[in-house]
Amino acid sequence: MLQDSLLDTFPKLLLARTRQHPNKIAMREKDLGIWQGWTWRQMYDEVRALACGLAAMGLVRGDKVAVIGDNRPQLYWAMIAAQCLGGVPVPLYQDAVAEEMQFVLEHAETRFAVVEDQEQVDKLLAVQEHCPKLEKMIYDDPRGLRHYAAACLDAFSAVQEQGRCFDADHPHYFEEQIAPGCGTDLAVILYTSGTTGRPKGVMLSFDNILITSRNAVAREGLRDDEEILAYLPMAWVGDHIFSYGQFYCAGFTVNCPESSATVLQDLHEIGPTYFFAPPRIWENLLTTVMIRMEDAAWLKRQMFHFFMGVAQRVGARKLAGQSVGLLDTLLYALGNVCLYGPLKDNLGLGRIRLAYTAGEAIGPEIFTFYRSLGINVKQLYGMTEASVFVCVQPDGAVRPDTVGTPMPEVELKISAEGEVMFRSPGVFSGYYKNPQATAETLEDGWIHSGDAGYIDAHGHLKIIDRARDVSRVADTHGSLFAPRYLENKLKFSQFIKEAVVHGQERPYVGAFINIDLAAVGNWAERRGLAYTSYTDLAARQEVYDLIQGEIARVNASLAEDPQMAGAQIRRFLILHKELDPDDGELTRTRKVRRRFVAEKYADLVEALYGPDHQITVETQVVFEDGRSGTLKAELLIRQVGAEAPLAVARG
Amino acid sequence: MAEATQPGSTPSVSSAPLLQVQHIELAFGAVQALSDVSVDIDAGEILAIIGPNGAGKTSLLNVINGMYYPQRGRIVFKGVERSKRLRPYQVARQGIARTFQNVALFKGMSTLDNLMTGRVLHMHTGLLSQALYWGRARRDEERQRAYVETIVEFLEIEAIRKTPVGRLPYGLQKRVELGRALAAEPVLLLLDEPMAGMNVEEKADMCRFIFDIRDEFGITCVLIEHDMGVVMDISDRLVVLDYGRKIADGPPHGVRTDQAVINAYLGVAHADA
Repeated sequence: MLQDSLLDTFPKLLLARTRQHPNKIAMREKDLGIWQGWTWRQMYDEVRALACGLAAMGLVRGDKVAVIGDNRPQLYWAMIAAQCLGGVPVPLYQDAVAEEMQFVLEHAETRFAVVEDQEQVDKLLAVQEHCPKLEKMIYDDPRGLRHYAAACLDAFSAVQEQGRCFDADHPHYFEEQIAPGCGTDLAVILYTSGTTGRPKGVMLSFDNILITSRNAVAREGLRDDEEILAYLPMAWVGDHIFSYGQFYCAGFTVNCPESSATVLQDLHEIGPTYFFAPPRIWENLLTTVMIRMEDAAWLKRQMFHFFMGVAQRVGARKLAGQSVGLLDTLLYALGNVCLYGPLKDNLGLGRIRLAYTAGEAIGPEIFTFYRSLGINVKQLYGMTEASVFVCVQPDGAVRPDTVGTPMPEVELKISAEGEVMFRSPGVFSGYYKNPQATAETLEDGWIHSGDAGYIDAHGHLKIIDRARDVSRVADTHGSLFAPRYLENKLKFSQFIKEAVVHGQERPYVGAFINIDLAAVGNWAERRGLAYTSYTDLAARQEVYDLIQGEIARVNASLAEDPQMAGAQIRRFLILHKELDPDDGELTRTRKVRRRFVAEKYADLVEALYGPDHQITVETQVVFEDGRSGTLKAELLIRQVGAEAPLAVARG
Repeated sequence: MAEATQPGSTPSVSSAPLLQVQHIELAFGAVQALSDVSVDIDAGEILAIIGPNGAGKTSLLNVINGMYYPQRGRIVFKGVERSKRLRPYQVARQGIARTFQNVALFKGMSTLDNLMTGRVLHMHTGLLSQALYWGRARRDEERQRAYVETIVEFLEIEAIRKTPVGRLPYGLQKRVELGRALAAEPVLLLLDEPMAGMNVEEKADMCRFIFDIRDEFGITCVLIEHDMGVVMDISDRLVVLDYGRKIADGPPHGVRTDQAVINAYLGVAHADA
């Protein structure tokens, strides 16, 4: 690894890596069905030609360069080329609509845009008149652009051609531009998508990204022979760290998929050793496996279930470095030959040494599934404002319910209000042209993460909810009440589709449950329970028993945790209808609108905290054809937790 | 399509038409499918043939493509008059490829294999050496495969290379069929209802492909299509058939206001109800 502190910018690292191993493959892209590679030397030549071309077109120090498109080597080169000249790349989400792009282009005052294809060119041309600073658009794929007459358009290859001529006339220009760059310079502006209001431009310096990347490379033991697949949006900070920051720091190979539709096939062909995926992708992979197993022959299915049982028992312990018995060792080895090896190979996960998941909570079964196969997948906690890395589960001490321990040079503290705060060399210098937002997030170098969490007995950080949603239960301890944390725990049960918990300023926590009609229906059929509708099934004593069991399990896991023990669910009811976006109870992205539900079902909430065990309810519902009607039902309210280990909390 | 796309709407017409169909008469027994139909097709244009059901649109394509032999009339392709009894494969060899109204692919074969069948005309090695996959045959196959890959990339079907086409949704099958026709490197491409049964998005994709086929490959396209919105958007010229006769021929907007066409479509002239 190149540790030289003089190598404080990516352009300097590019020069150093090219000198050190010019013939090592730096990037690959699948084109015409074949993986085409670029060595560091070849990549250097491409970048140099492009940078000189940009210089010939008038790019000067401090200019912003928008980069828009799928993960393509040419677009990664555009970023480094801009940095070589002292410019600042601004990657944008490629699937954003023109108006969203307009805001960023205008706000960042980009003079140049390097884009992938006609689709992006069309969007830029549509908003060009509102972005007076935008002068030049450079496209990589000329398809469909033959008849475009706009003078601001240039082909990527033509710019490089121009650059080669410029380079011949000014042979030292390129190196002269790289030399004055230093670590504190602005390296990149990454716009966060932002759930509320306008996107904010996070300014990260070379030091931010480089030191964070180097620390992560050192702690996680990344080598220069790693293979990674660059398939997540280039505008997302994760891709910028994994496929760009760590790529230059560790010098491994970045592979660009053929198209967004072929990612799973490309994954299989490349067999990455270092891999990042959000929980959604891990879930999808698991679902495909399960569906294919359902269709498999009887013998294969039996083998799958038997060896997965072995894996659940043995795999995670092996990965944690704990000892396992001789029989289990032998069984696991046999399973590896018969199932785990072929399965991992099929998914393209056969060579993984390190994988991450982050962004949201991952279901423990999913997480355990991969870990028990021997795939070292770990949870990561990070933010754009911190150049990603804050905490990672350490090798050998992965606890599924925490996000691990702080990375090197990261300081962590919990504010009086329970908010997670941290300080690190990766912490950004501010939001571009937005001092107010900067002041709200950054305080003396400490970042307010906006997440509520705490550090457990083992020094691991545990994130429970967004800080603004967290409150306290009005019991004797004033226990923490983190609704989304509880609801996620409930929803990890296959029988529970949605859950809404109440508890703020209440003596204990109560819950509304929506059963999963498919899963509970299947369960009922296997037991010979007849039912006519969701409402009917939901009111059954047997179903209440089933759900009570699930809640007791959640309570048991809450009780293990002194901070959360007071938030055990004491009473629940199963709603007589499914929460529905048409009735305003869910958002269109299927998130529960907690306040709306609490108001709409105010009498039910009161019943949770009243003495009765039954309540009659009448609800207006909107049917799919737009008609509305009334749904009337008798609801039971169940008490849970007499045998739940509340003693831990009380004691 | 963006406003900026203004394809040179009238390509160089100075030279003779690419294909001339003159005074074609085609009858099946007593049924007169085509009567005295003449059409000139210029190189580089997108020509749409429209008309009510049974107007003779597919028959006309079949005549051009050598599937049917007309009783009367002549066909001149690239300035050379076609001999009377030219088999369809000989027509294909001259550079005329087509797709069919009902997808006609090898359902059990992969997308790649289907596209490779489009390259048959360009393979120059014998059965034996191909079976042995040795020497010249191997190099030949690699060349053909490379060409097929450019088609795969062009039609954006990378993700289904190895999928048996029978398992693909209808819209993608249509795209594979178009790919096979393109693989033959035609000069003239005949598309029989390329957008039938597609949803709006698939239609928009197909329109873009047809434009790009003309612009990137320089292939002249003749298509039969029922969706008038599509026809108005993409064609340089329209030919309207009704009861086997040509009733209009001209730029889309002129044809749309033509009284004969309106009558043929709305049935004003001879309808009582």
